[in-house]
Amino acid sequence: MGIHSIVMVKQVPDTANISGQVMKEDGTVNRAKLPAIFNHEDRVALEFALSLKDKYGGRVTVITMGPPRASDVLRECLFMGADDAVLISDRKFAGADTLATSYVLSEAIKKIGKYDFVFAGRQAIDGDTAQVGPQTAEKLNIPQITYAEEILDVTESSVRIKRKIDGGYEILESTLPVLITVIKDAAFPRPFKAKRIMAYKNAKTLIELEKLTEGNSLLYIDQLKDEYISKKLYIQTLTMDDLKLDEERCGVHGSPTKVHRIESVVLAGGSHEMIEPSKAGIAYLIDKLMEDHILG
Amino acid sequence: MPNYFLDNPDILYHFDRLDLSQSGQSWKEVVELTEENFSQAGKFGYAPVNYEDAMENYRKVLEVVGDIAANYIAPRASDIDEEGALFKDGKVTYAKGTREALDMLSKAELMGMILPREYGGLNFPTTIYMMAVEMISRAEASLMNLFGLQDIGKTIAQFADDKQKEEFLPGFSTGKYTGAMALTEPDAGSDLQAVKLSAYQDEKGNWFLRGVKRFITNGNGQVLLVLARTEPGTKDARGLSMFACYGDETIKVRRIEHKLGIHGSPTCELQFNDTPAQLIGARRFGLLKYVIYLMNRARVGIGAQSLGIAQQAYEEALKYAKAREQFGKPIYNLPVISNMLIDMRVALEANRSLFYSTCVWLDKKEKYDELVDKLKAMKKPFLEENEKLKEASKIVTLLTPMTKYLLSESANKISYDALQIHGGTGYMKEFSVERLTRDARITNIYEGTSQMQVVAAAGGVINNVLGDYFDACEKKEYKGSLIKLLDSLKEIREMFNECLKYIKDKKDTNLQDIASKDLVEMYAYIYIGFLLLNEANTSTGQTGGDQRKVFTARRYILDALAKARKNSESIKNELYSDVLHADTILI
Repeated sequence: MGIHSIVMVKQVPDTANISGQVMKEDGTVNRAKLPAIFNHEDRVALEFALSLKDKYGGRVTVITMGPPRASDVLRECLFMGADDAVLISDRKFAGADTLATSYVLSEAIKKIGKYDFVFAGRQAIDGDTAQVGPQTAEKLNIPQITYAEEILDVTESSVRIKRKIDGGYEILESTLPVLITVIKDAAFPRPFKAKRIMAYKNAKTLIELEKLTEGNSLLYIDQLKDEYISKKLYIQTLTMDDLKLDEERCGVHGSPTKVHRIESVVLAGGSHEMIEPSKAGIAYLIDKLMEDHILG
Repeated sequence: MPNYFLDNPDILYHFDRLDLSQSGQSWKEVVELTEENFSQAGKFGYAPVNYEDAMENYRKVLEVVGDIAANYIAPRASDIDEEGALFKDGKVTYAKGTREALDMLSKAELMGMILPREYGGLNFPTTIYMMAVEMISRAEASLMNLFGLQDIGKTIAQFADDKQKEEFLPGFSTGKYTGAMALTEPDAGSDLQAVKLSAYQDEKGNWFLRGVKRFITNGNGQVLLVLARTEPGTKDARGLSMFACYGDETIKVRRIEHKLGIHGSPTCELQFNDTPAQLIGARRFGLLKYVIYLMNRARVGIGAQSLGIAQQAYEEALKYAKAREQFGKPIYNLPVISNMLIDMRVALEANRSLFYSTCVWLDKKEKYDELVDKLKAMKKPFLEENEKLKEASKIVTLLTPMTKYLLSESANKISYDALQIHGGTGYMKEFSVERLTRDARITNIYEGTSQMQVVAAAGGVINNVLGDYFDACEKKEYKGSLIKLLDSLKEIREMFNECLKYIKDKKDTNLQDIASKDLVEMYAYIYIGFLLLNEANTSTGQTGGDQRKVFTARRYILDALAKARKNSESIKNELYSDVLHADTILI
């Protein structure tokens, strides 16, 4: 039947490999010192889309909003099997919170055209908000199913999904198109494929092609772009103007979330308190835990 | 995330140095010949357009192998060892981890690394493939016995006709087929000339196989290469031919062996009951040409397996030594322990230098072989190419068994010492060093025992096939402390020459047989010594040069000098003369 899936992916700092120089003295994060990686749950989301394609045929488009170097994750998506990749990049997108991000992504998805599924990871390991998926669905005005574990079956117009809930799972049915966010353990992402690595390692975004022409007066950007398109090595690159976006809704301007203060919290075991193993002791412990917002 | 390629500075060192001529062979030439001067670029989207592009392809694919090996396969190694391959109701099943690993490697398109692109392969040089085999072996040694069987497809690609290639190779490339090489029989192990399994033809000329094979790695595979006797009444190699057949219901797996190690790889006893088969290549050349080709490649593969196991054993020992505290400090800080670790590390790096030098020579030999055939077919002159082929052939014939012998013995020694550093805990199942020690033990037995490798290497040693290389090395300029090491290598060379003369003069075949081991070892000390000396020489001087390689060369060569003296004394003091009295001694 041919399914078109759009997968939203994100390049994130590798928070599992944090070295000593990552936190600056003022408590902010020194991004340059953090290696950038493919957000794992997004890789699982891509696996969902590719498995659907394996089963029913169709096409998989990946999109990311990020700085120019986010093209790395798009190439990795191509290595896994994605058909098309789109980079949405503009200086004016900097400082976007989830509201601004979901605005840009939803407009880009509308521009890409007809689709059956939008997939995303449940959340990215840098912000941990799990909001971009749901907000994008709202702006696209389509149903959403979050915390998906498994796609049970798909018809021309509907899908049944097994979804993780506290202490178990539930099965939901939705019409298409639908936005689905997936959890980490839902699938093991397929590896990069050797032949695709060799074929797509030179795929480039417009920004990267412009870099190539900068140092070489004999290269013209339009020619170069055409050449890359004909070799299927062009990664579509969209800016704010390309998407005709409202600048007030992008980047810092469009982001009501303001970071009040960043604090470097050093956890250290210091004082401790002995609590008697008695009824009174337990009541005291519960009070203490509620006071610290651990319970309640 | 760990990565067995990116985290291993020594593999990267060798990868980056491939284009530096180490022993007269040119890597760039190998790549150009492999890629037929990059003529496939238009035909296949993933074929490289030039040398740099090819190298980038290799690097990126090896990164993926390193990732899968470290993060997907290695965590399954312990379970695979515990579960092992299973035999039930006549059927062989791989351990769960083995199945998952094979599936992952197939999805990554890594099962046809050395097969031609026409048949779905990646068309990589053997050297690059061997880097992958080393990493896979490090993650899970017995998986090498499946992943490393790509040589079976390669043998078909080399010698089968186009129709047969079309039939078998795409399945190998996708991982749908795994293969087996069915050579050994109950009475034909090291002596393969004695193979009895018979191949006969019906009136239409179709071939069938009948008989028994034993100790067949992955004998349950989908495609088997079988060595069989096609000429009834013959007793030697000239009556043997090579066949390909499917692992269908006519082949009965009688049992699988219960083994000390490599539990994930099933070792089968097979009964062929009139199995339909196809003759590969020419009749009567089965052992003489095709099996020799396959065996030599398989021996290099065991070298990679040995290296992978040794690498992991060393890593485990180093990690444990740093973590384990006794006498108020990590045992790593005890000189006795750090000295053991240095010995292990130096052996490991010496092995790797020898190994990748052997691989490049093998690539060069095979590529020249193909080139000469092509030139002959086009009726073009091929004298110059043929000279190069002859030289490479001689060197590969020496280096392959020498490498297999030294690396497999060394893997045993390194894993033995790694277990020793763990002390009592190393003897327990909780630590993987116990498994590594068991897995290592097969490497110096199968694909020809160490004793057979010495016999195979002896000819090239006696004929001094690396003499020109040694001469060239001696004439080079060396820096600082390396000059003294050069003198040590010259001294070993003199000792070797004296021993060789001594043995030749004696004209005693028994002595020649026994002393071959000493001679082969001494010759290897010289070759590896020069490889390491040259690595050290190019590593010093530059800013931030690799001081490690200087230390490595120093310890290796000084140790080799001491060992060579022992080898020499054994020969000249007639240590082995009492073998004539074996019956008196061996009560």
